[in-house]
Amino acid sequence: MSAFLSDTALIFGRYARQTLRSKFQILFGVLMPLLYLLFFGPLLTDLPLGSRGDSWQVLVPGLLLQLGLFGASYSGFAIIIEKQFGVVERMRVTPVSRLALLLGRVLRDAALFVFQAVLLVLAAVAMGLRAPLAGILIGFAFVGVLTVVLASLSYALALLVSKPHEFGPVINAVSMPSMLLSGLMLPMALAPGWLDVLSHFMPFRYLVDAVRAAYVGEYASTAMLYGVLMAAALTLVAVTVGTRVFRRAGA
Amino acid sequence: MAIISTAGLTRTFRTKRGTVEAVRGIDLTVAPGEILGFLGPNGAGKTTTLRMLTTLLPPTGGAATVAGTDLARDPAAVRRKIGYVAQSGGVDPNVSVREELVTQGRLYRLTKPRAEARARELAADLDLSDLLDHKCATLSGGQRRRLDVAMGLMHRPEVLFLDEPTTGLDPGSRADLWALVRRLRDDHGTTVVLTTHYLDEADALCDRLVVIDKGVVVAEGTPSALKLRYGGSIDASLQDTFLAVTGRDLAPEDTAPVAV
Repeated sequence: MSAFLSDTALIFGRYARQTLRSKFQILFGVLMPLLYLLFFGPLLTDLPLGSRGDSWQVLVPGLLLQLGLFGASYSGFAIIIEKQFGVVERMRVTPVSRLALLLGRVLRDAALFVFQAVLLVLAAVAMGLRAPLAGILIGFAFVGVLTVVLASLSYALALLVSKPHEFGPVINAVSMPSMLLSGLMLPMALAPGWLDVLSHFMPFRYLVDAVRAAYVGEYASTAMLYGVLMAAALTLVAVTVGTRVFRRAGA
Repeated sequence: MAIISTAGLTRTFRTKRGTVEAVRGIDLTVAPGEILGFLGPNGAGKTTTLRMLTTLLPPTGGAATVAGTDLARDPAAVRRKIGYVAQSGGVDPNVSVREELVTQGRLYRLTKPRAEARARELAADLDLSDLLDHKCATLSGGQRRRLDVAMGLMHRPEVLFLDEPTTGLDPGSRADLWALVRRLRDDHGTTVVLTTHYLDEADALCDRLVVIDKGVVVAEGTPSALKLRYGGSIDASLQDTFLAVTGRDLAPEDTAPVAV
């Protein structure tokens, strides 16, 4: 167990140092949600959004998860490059824990995107967001968990694809519908019946709904319960898949 | 007591065009302290065999014991006892030499102070001391290869696997690397298994050669014994010997840089 923890800390440290060396990497992910916040957020302020709280309490949770969705799902790009340098193989031939090889990377991603989420919320507060502190902290936790899920799957996919140039299009094909169907920009409460039903098959919807509930202080709601359960289930599946790929990848 | 033994080691790959038998049953014994060379043309199955022996690729058939441990039953124990230097090396160009060495030591569960001490020791030994704080990207081909080898030696493995260790090196760097491999064996009793398609390297460096072609061992013995048996005389060139064994030239378009 202690070997596993120190392995994870070691891998985390290696990739955290790489991130800290690159201001670009630290800040770039926050750019897109920030643009939405500045140029899209003000359009919503007087619209009836069919949910509790003001428009910022609806939009900011969506932007937080958008940050995780678009940031973390591209994490695998880094490992494609590492694979080409032989770094992945060199690590897999050591006794290091396979789960640590995944978790060390994924936790670095989670730390990075939670940091970006903090920057985004600070900007949102300046724009007019008012939400309870506990709700905001819960929102950060969901960003972290969503990152763990998506980054795990992204690394797994990156190790499995035989043609690196196919990785980007696949991620795009998955992340765009995920964004639209989970109601990141506008709540699905506005949707016609069929679209609302369809969006219930998109797991990330439950996470968005949970963070929106947190932002209006509804910590004991069913939305929160479903969000937590879905997040736990997704984490379990994604980390299991990721570890399995790290264990056997013919990479 | 053999440090490596394999029986019927096999690896097949499934592709769209059917099954490819990359390795079709390798039987092998390696004595402790031996420098063994896998010799064969590109695609013969050398690297696949090495990847199986180093736990990177599970065999689809057969069995193997490496450093006293069953490969299939306890790959983690095998990993602790072996070092592996892949063809492509395996360092991140943007990370410093010192950081890569220390991280590698810690992946082998050395404590941080011990990993740092070992990194300095190996750097001194392999003439990398002045480069410790340079990024790996700034190293020359020969320096890079010495670093790759150092990475494989951080935990003092009993067996070191080198996949085409001198491919792409200039003659001086190749000679240095040969000297390094011999020194490892002479000073520390390390068993070294390497692949090569350079005949001069096989001749000069290896105690024993295993000629692999189309996934099977087609001949094995000391370089002299192979020359005597297949080339007709101990003075036969290994090139002629190889031709006699496999019925074709080793790597016609990719010859060894003996004359530059």
